Amino acid sequence: MCLAVPGKIIEIYEKQELKMAKMDFSGVTREACIEHVPEAKVGDYAIVHVGFAISLLSEEEAQESIDLLREIVEAGELDGEEPA
Amino acid sequence: MKYLSEYRDAELVHGLIAKIKDITTQHWTLMEICGGQTHSIIKNGLDQLLPEQIELVHGPGCPVCVTPLELIDKALAIASKPDVIFTSYGDMLRVPGSQADLFSVRAQGGDVRVVYSPLDAVKLAQENPDKEVVFFAIGFETTAPANVMSVLQAEQLGIDNFSILVSHVRVPQAIEAILCSPHNRVQGFLAAGHVCAVMGFWEYIPLAEKYGIPMTITGFEPLDIVQGILTTVEALESGTNQVNNAYIRAVTEKGNQSAQAVINKVFEECDRKWRGIGLIPGSGWRLRPEYSKYDAEKRFQVETIQAEESPLCISGLVLQGLIKPDQCEAFGTLCTPENPLGATMVSDEGACAAYYRYRVQEPDSRETGS
Amino acid sequence: MINKTPEMESPICPLPRKHTDKIVQGHGSGGKMMEDLIKDIFYPPLANEALLAGDDAGVVEITSGRRLAVSTDAHVVSPLFFPGGDIGKLSVCGTVNDVAMVGAKPLYLSASFILEEGLDICLLEKVVLSMKDAAEEAGVKIICGDTKVVAHGEADGLYISTTGVGELDPGLNISGNQAKPGDQVIVSGKLGDHGIAVLEARGDLGFETKLVSDIAPLNHLISAMLSVSDQIHVLRDPTRGGAASALNEIAKQSQVGIFLEEALIPVRPAVAAACEMLGFDPLYIANEGKLIAIVGQKDAPKVLEKMRQTKYGEDAVLIGQVEDSPPGRLLLKTGLGSTRIVDLLAGEMLPRIC
Repeated sequence: MCLAVPGKIIEIYEKQELKMAKMDFSGVTREACIEHVPEAKVGDYAIVHVGFAISLLSEEEAQESIDLLREIVEAGELDGEEPA
Repeated sequence: MKYLSEYRDAELVHGLIAKIKDITTQHWTLMEICGGQTHSIIKNGLDQLLPEQIELVHGPGCPVCVTPLELIDKALAIASKPDVIFTSYGDMLRVPGSQADLFSVRAQGGDVRVVYSPLDAVKLAQENPDKEVVFFAIGFETTAPANVMSVLQAEQLGIDNFSILVSHVRVPQAIEAILCSPHNRVQGFLAAGHVCAVMGFWEYIPLAEKYGIPMTITGFEPLDIVQGILTTVEALESGTNQVNNAYIRAVTEKGNQSAQAVINKVFEECDRKWRGIGLIPGSGWRLRPEYSKYDAEKRFQVETIQAEESPLCISGLVLQGLIKPDQCEAFGTLCTPENPLGATMVSDEGACAAYYRYRVQEPDSRETGS
Repeated sequence: MINKTPEMESPICPLPRKHTDKIVQGHGSGGKMMEDLIKDIFYPPLANEALLAGDDAGVVEITSGRRLAVSTDAHVVSPLFFPGGDIGKLSVCGTVNDVAMVGAKPLYLSASFILEEGLDICLLEKVVLSMKDAAEEAGVKIICGDTKVVAHGEADGLYISTTGVGELDPGLNISGNQAKPGDQVIVSGKLGDHGIAVLEARGDLGFETKLVSDIAPLNHLISAMLSVSDQIHVLRDPTRGGAASALNEIAKQSQVGIFLEEALIPVRPAVAAACEMLGFDPLYIANEGKLIAIVGQKDAPKVLEKMRQTKYGEDAVLIGQVEDSPPGRLLLKTGLGSTRIVDLLAGEMLPRIC
């Protein structure tokens, strides 16, 4: 139910009284409505579903979760378990 | 691609799978709720890589699959009317109604158009003042903020030739219905990450407590999914039943409150019939009375359409995770994506379609493609 | 088979919906529905050896030792002009390529035009000039044609149908049924550019990229490849339905298993990103200037090298190999090491929300 992709906000403007953003999805640009992430600024990343930003992506938390996963994997390797 | 490629890292995925193997001491049955997660699991062959003791069953997380038959028939009735432009998300076009689907309506001359966003449907209404533009507003909670915004926009701009046909379903009630079933085998849930990005996960905490079942908010990329599985298995192995968030980059407990406010403004709770499961009380949303002028069912007087169904397929059992698509007798023979018997075969993210596309099981020689 | 029923209301579903009474969009999408339409409606009354071979061109012997390849294609693309090409260029290159895919040297084209009342004549002039340029590049002549006009609203502006004729060198046997276990699968460049560029140009889905269509005549590239190897078993241009459809067809025609490596499949980042957004798979997106070659193992490296030195083959890569089983199947080894089937699409590929 949830095909949503991360994109970068490259421009913010109003259109027909809705807060909109031009988003860059790794080389594809599309407009998205950012009414639901009013705190968004240019340069932020957001998850976009059917042309609407539903959540801002936290770079800090993204890095934190990758780091945590790396730790888990490395700890597993140190324990003598080989990755599959 | 930022926020995508990192979560497809093969080394990390395999490392986490090794960890899952390490801690698993018995058979566990987990259900992923979201059709997008099912698609990702089968497309990436994650279930092939997991230890055998971890069984993944696929939940009713595809709004296309669970849209009740009578609603499809209502959509077809409206789309067939002259001077109507019927707009929809792409995946709905193939879902069979009692007699036809939206493709056939188009073949008969109906103006049926795919839109990417509900705002595109509002734009069509502005550009075609002499037509009635109807938008098929299906979805789980993830899609609700977009769908309601189309109504608010129409209201804001004074657009009168726009209406929506609503078929919204909600996840927590579905989870409860599954857990209540005496045949339930599910021991842990991977909750839908993007539903929770909108709604938060506060609704799942009392459910986890009441039924003693751990739930992990899980994303969609391979790394997210194995992380969700690892977290859930850890909880199961340690006998705990809390709700964990394994999608912290996008989800918070409270969720997107601005989106929730807008949903509550336009929608109210209602009972909803789920195709293949039945009526689940309080599991849907409908337009509030003050927005009834945007309700396509009322506008086109199709409220009384009933659908006759005949029991031919068991997609409901698949939707409830009771069986796998390839255990159905009709799978791949009577029921294929071009000849769907049930909704799970029609939708690109329905479990049956995912299995058929990625893992066809021939009736006489069981290939798993592994 | 399960014999329990859930306590909840029994599962219910409708009667099957097979579109056998009216044509729907899916019948033209290059997937299973189109395959069935061809098998059920076209083949039975028209059957003959050349037709049933199922290749991009029909091959017939006209006098002893001389063979002709004939192919036809109708072009209904909308919009008529898009980044990287137009319907004119497409109508020439598409048919030139189909003739070339059986190893024939394309020589002559016919062109038939269905013009919609109200079409700008200066637009038609542009299309014809574009056809002239494409024909010159391909080295073919358009030697006859036809023109019809239909009422306003009946032809999306302009439809063009071209038929091409070429001559096959004796001894060449390049066909979809010639793939052999051990053969290597080569693709001449990045996949998906045309389909996404045209989708963007239509404007319905509202996205923008800097992509251009890859329309190109591939006959010179094929000549170059044939000059270094006689082990080129199959050539196919992955147009509607993409590489997945073309390779599925070949796997079925040759009754072999074809295995692709996901990590090797070349796709531009913008194509990949557009596919992510819409829920598409680049393997199913149309290409109009790419070819798939299935080449004997020993010759594959030198064919690849020759392609990379030739126009339109610069980005050629190896993407998989042919095995003897499972017969008729296309499979993909994912970046994670698992394997999955890559099937024919049922009908149209639709953007999804799930």
